[in-house]
Amino acid sequence: MLLVVCPHCGPRDAGDFHYLGATSPRPDPATVTEQAWRTYLHLRANVGGWQHETWYCRACRQHVVLERNTLTNEFRDPPVDPLGGVR
Amino acid sequence: MRRAGYRRAVPARERDEIVHRRGRGEGGLLIRRPARYSALGLLARGLTGRPWPRLWAQHELRRSYDVVIVGGGVHGLACAYYLAKEHGITNVAVVDKGWLGGGGSGRNTAILRSNYLTPEGIRFYDRSLQLYRAMSGELNFNVMFSQRGHLTLAHSDAALRTMRWRAEVNVLQGVSSCVVDADQVKALVPSLDVSPHTAHPIVGALYHPPGGTIRHDAVVWGYGRAAAALGVELHQQTEVGDIVVEGGDGPGGKGPGGRVTGVRTSRGDISAPVVVNCAAGWASTVAELAGVTLPITTTPLQAAVTEPVKVFLPAVVVSGSLHVYVSQTDRGELVFGAAVDPVATYSTRGSLEFVEGLASNIVQLMPGVARLRLLRQWAGLCDMTPDYSPVMGVTSVDGFFVDVGWGTYGFKAGPVSGEQMAACIATGRTPALIAPFDLARFTEDRLVGEKGAAAVGH
Repeated sequence: MLLVVCPHCGPRDAGDFHYLGATSPRPDPATVTEQAWRTYLHLRANVGGWQHETWYCRACRQHVVLERNTLTNEFRDPPVDPLGGVR
Repeated sequence: MRRAGYRRAVPARERDEIVHRRGRGEGGLLIRRPARYSALGLLARGLTGRPWPRLWAQHELRRSYDVVIVGGGVHGLACAYYLAKEHGITNVAVVDKGWLGGGGSGRNTAILRSNYLTPEGIRFYDRSLQLYRAMSGELNFNVMFSQRGHLTLAHSDAALRTMRWRAEVNVLQGVSSCVVDADQVKALVPSLDVSPHTAHPIVGALYHPPGGTIRHDAVVWGYGRAAAALGVELHQQTEVGDIVVEGGDGPGGKGPGGRVTGVRTSRGDISAPVVVNCAAGWASTVAELAGVTLPITTTPLQAAVTEPVKVFLPAVVVSGSLHVYVSQTDRGELVFGAAVDPVATYSTRGSLEFVEGLASNIVQLMPGVARLRLLRQWAGLCDMTPDYSPVMGVTSVDGFFVDVGWGTYGFKAGPVSGEQMAACIATGRTPALIAPFDLARFTEDRLVGEKGAAAVGH
């Protein structure tokens, strides 16, 4: 369907990945209000354009953050994220 | 088209169709009454060769309307039609960045049913089915509704248990549904392989006799024609670039607490106190213009159609486990749909993986179609919500209404959504039928879980 560029394994078919969606910072469960938690759970920017998103690469078994244009499915050089951007 | 040019462009033989001139703006607009379709009219036009008038007129974009509806699909057009017909609100513009019925309304697999899982969902979709049944007569437009029956196959005891649950809730809501065993499935659809030796044996099915198929383009055109005849203006190739909101908490006065005053389009600015978002797959981008965030991700769903063959498939067949649904059109083509793609995107490009998966699954169900050739495949954008139910009604911005989140089930709900949204806008009160589907449910923890009954395994 589309070619995804894993920073560890290089370009691979999207079938080798699991798409987890756009990254969004998780509120601290200890201090968050119910309203803010539900907003985090359900509401989505659903950007038409460039967005950072988390993919799981089944080849190297790493979560990676990539930047993709949701209108054209182009990828561009991802930001360096040593923790793999797990959300 | 310029107004003066339009008048000159009308050939003399069609001029008798121009019946009245309305005093709107300077000079007024020329409106042609749509011809009443009848067998006698067909005969008369066949003999005389007189051309049929267009289904709707083109207009200059005016500076103000009472209601602007964004999205010219079945939802937007139905809403406009019921606003005009039921509530007398005719100063309405439907704007679409492409053409009428070019989005989900023209890309769905045209299956109608009401055998949902929650009582809220069943009541709602059943009302839609009632409106579809009466549609050809009401709109004077043949929508070719064929109630041929709908089978949801169960391949496991767990699936069969869900079918029994759905059948019970359906019957309680007055909707005809029953569970049938594999032999009865075979009797209903002889081309299905119901032997116990397949990878995913068919152990039974949920049979829903009122389900069926319809011609989706005709539904769009029928609503468009009927709405235009009541005075609604349909503006194609008119993209909304911004929604003007004043007094909101967000940047630029948008967002919660604000009030809609109009829209800016590619053909000029419009002032309007009410803007309705019927943009389906593009709903999030339209809502963002008003400063409203929706619980939606946009994901494509692919479909395909085969070459036409002699009619052999008497019902709509759905298999959730095999991610496929199939029906045969009146032309003889098999129409296939599948689950949504695994990646959220606004691109409607098809994929080979889809065709491979579809072919392998459909051949398991109906080995006889193995040598049929596909004519084409396409994709439509689905605005998916977390609970697989739609989002309808008011938002935190006064005057900004949403009729979105239609995922893979929007077409079958077009008429009832239009009817209920029109009532919501005209009366200022949310009708009971759509109250469970409000936007606030996502922040108040009142989700309406329909995943178990929404199309095929998501």
